[in-house]
Amino acid sequence: MADQLLDAKGLNCPLPILKAKKALKSLEGGQVLEVLSTDPGSVADFSAFCRTTGNELVEESEADGIYTYLIRKAG
Amino acid sequence: MSSTELKPGIDPNTMSIIVTKGSLDWAYPPFILSTTAAAMGLEVTMFFTFYGLPLLMKDLSLQVSSLGNPAMKMPMMGMHMGMPNIVSAIPGVDAAASKMMKNLIKKKGVASIPELRELAVEADVRMIACQMTLDLFEYSKDDMIEGIEIGGAATYIEVATQSHINLFI
Repeated sequence: MADQLLDAKGLNCPLPILKAKKALKSLEGGQVLEVLSTDPGSVADFSAFCRTTGNELVEESEADGIYTYLIRKAG
Repeated sequence: MSSTELKPGIDPNTMSIIVTKGSLDWAYPPFILSTTAAAMGLEVTMFFTFYGLPLLMKDLSLQVSSLGNPAMKMPMMGMHMGMPNIVSAIPGVDAAASKMMKNLIKKKGVASIPELRELAVEADVRMIACQMTLDLFEYSKDDMIEGIEIGGAATYIEVATQSHINLFI
């Protein structure tokens, strides 16, 4: 479903957000970025990031300590 | 009365940070905040003064010391341990502690300061070096990374009057 996958596992704040921002830059509006993270702090961070930037947090889930975020780029 | 005398409305998505400290641990808050704010669409300015100025140098060799810092307790052997001041005062101990902290940072997947700084530059974070500090401690602009501005207090104050979030670190 995602147009691009960003593996941010093993990275700590603020890298998951910074790398997601960079990846989103290369997407078109409406496309979806899938982000994988092992940072528990990223849960609140990705919600805040999407609220502030207007990108849509389509889905967030967790399994075995890996958090998955589906973010649809605004525009 | 011309329109230039009216103070324009301040954009809430603006942030300025005065950076006054340059040890390894204190380098993190300003760079994490500035890069994250920039990633969230804010316009960010960092003003580096006093001990924050060396954070703009091309060659960074940041150190940390537990001397006089009773809050610094590092994970060691399953516990959190601090180092007695008398040990921190021995030559070479700070360098060793700094190396240990950098190893811990790398192991935990935390970005290094050079990496964060580069991300800040890429994100068009405005970086201003304090002219007075340059003179005072006899630093040269050639020692600093490319793309920075030089300014004084008034330069910062002007930025702050147009900035919604102003932090002193």
